[in-house]
Amino acid sequence: MTQKTQTVATISNVGKSFGDKQVLSGINMQLHQSEILSVLGPNGAGKTTLINTMLGRLSLDAGEISLFGHPPGSMLVKRQTGAMLQVAGLPDMSTVKEHIELFQSYYAEPMSYQQVMDYSGLKDIENQYSKTLSGGQKQRLLFALAICGNPKLLFLDEPTVGMDITARKSLWKAIENLKANGTSILLTTHYLEEADRLSDRIVMLSRGKVVREGTPAQIKSQINTKKIRFQSKVNISELVAIKHVEKATQLHAENNYFELESTNAEEALKELFKHEIAISDLTIVGAALEDAFEIINNQDSTSSASE
Amino acid sequence: MMMTDSSINLNLDKKPSLLNIFYLEAKTETIRLFRTPGFSIPTLLFPVMFYTFFGIVFSMNPATMPTYLMITYAVFGVIGPALFSFGVGIAIERGQGWFDLKEVSPMPASAYIVSRIALTFIFSTAIIVLLFGIGAVFGEVRLFRSQWITLAAIFIFGSLPFCAIGMTLGLYLKASSAPATVNLIYLPMGFLSGLWLPINFLPEFMQQFANLLPPYHLAQLALKVTDMDLGFPIILHISVLAAYTLLFVFLAVKAYHKKDKQ
Repeated sequence: MTQKTQTVATISNVGKSFGDKQVLSGINMQLHQSEILSVLGPNGAGKTTLINTMLGRLSLDAGEISLFGHPPGSMLVKRQTGAMLQVAGLPDMSTVKEHIELFQSYYAEPMSYQQVMDYSGLKDIENQYSKTLSGGQKQRLLFALAICGNPKLLFLDEPTVGMDITARKSLWKAIENLKANGTSILLTTHYLEEADRLSDRIVMLSRGKVVREGTPAQIKSQINTKKIRFQSKVNISELVAIKHVEKATQLHAENNYFELESTNAEEALKELFKHEIAISDLTIVGAALEDAFEIINNQDSTSSASE
Repeated sequence: MMMTDSSINLNLDKKPSLLNIFYLEAKTETIRLFRTPGFSIPTLLFPVMFYTFFGIVFSMNPATMPTYLMITYAVFGVIGPALFSFGVGIAIERGQGWFDLKEVSPMPASAYIVSRIALTFIFSTAIIVLLFGIGAVFGEVRLFRSQWITLAAIFIFGSLPFCAIGMTLGLYLKASSAPATVNLIYLPMGFLSGLWLPINFLPEFMQQFANLLPPYHLAQLALKVTDMDLGFPIILHISVLAAYTLLFVFLAVKAYHKKDKQ
């Protein structure tokens, strides 16, 4: 049976520009039922524009978007959709409960209030005015508003910005539960860890184009570069020769700090020790998402230059 | 290979209760504003204060002035909440991104408008009751029951053109400049329409200019009830008010449906 691959959203060849600036071009992707799809990319890659086209807030210059077989922004689609956008402020003088009950009324079969509380963890502050909420609490309220209609399709634009680690983890748990109950989720985030933990698939955007698509494991294998730093009196030519080391740099000319880049740091370290190079002050750091993009973009520009 | 799926499409047609949305939206909006003393107190107090001052305490002609100014300050009073709750309210919610969230939610656009109109009516009623009370008790304003009721109806429904103007302002103005801009429209327009002082106190060219202003026409319409108007036909005043309403509803709808707004 094909039950598992029911398509909720289809984006075909979508292009969008603001004036002369091409913000999205040739975007193709699909979102299936009970799937979490993360859209990652550096600032300005087109993530928010993509979400806005899917929400029907932006017109398309090219291509087509279909949600549940309907155009984005239509009332039929909206009633099946919840969205958490980057909102700077909520009307101050309504309580958490009032906000949620109002948004529940927009949907034919909303989630029960109790369940919204369970997912969002807002029970203790349900009678507080939104004015008095902290940044993280506001995010949780916006999450509650997004899910309170029991949506089949959920947009989460940077949902955990401003949350502490406890709140972030409980939100992850809620997102996983929603997915288990059949909700399809489109997530944008800056946190690689978040995308890694939650996503079934990841789409990486760069300058308005899809540059990578795949499962977190597939993406990570491409961008999982670690940086190995240490102090040593070794000659750099010796470091370059080590297996699993993709790049070696001397950080400062005067002191003897070196940085190795490797997508397989464990093996690279084994090799490093095998060579019996005396090192001190060893640190290993993972590549940040921004670094990963730099790497991917560099790869792409080299490959397109050689074409 | 498109897999259209019946289980997803099955309940696409279920609709929530529109009346319930209207009710909750209006209730939430009204409670919220009554909790915001910065809005509710000046909105209620300014017309009452001005009327008490110019219409009662320093009344130049105790026989007619309390009645005349009770009517024009009621017009002034009902325009305020219409312009501010729509104009400033929408501009601020747009600035916060809250309006965007409402826009992508399944809230019917009509609920947003109906709730704010209801809110305007509630504030208008409060202002009318206060001014009528002060006029009757301290200004010796004596009217037939039918006149009180006709006046109240004119004031309440007369706020609608200003709801439309406010809505348009709210959709075009920036949050930071909206309060100042709305005040810059509200206060001079009130004065030039003869709401603060009787219109025939103003120089001739200003009286001519007042013909362009919707509050002038609403005030003339209301003053007709007590035979204190300048004597132009009712149909003129109603036509101008209707034209303003249509124009600004058109502009607001255009602004609302404009995609790609940044």
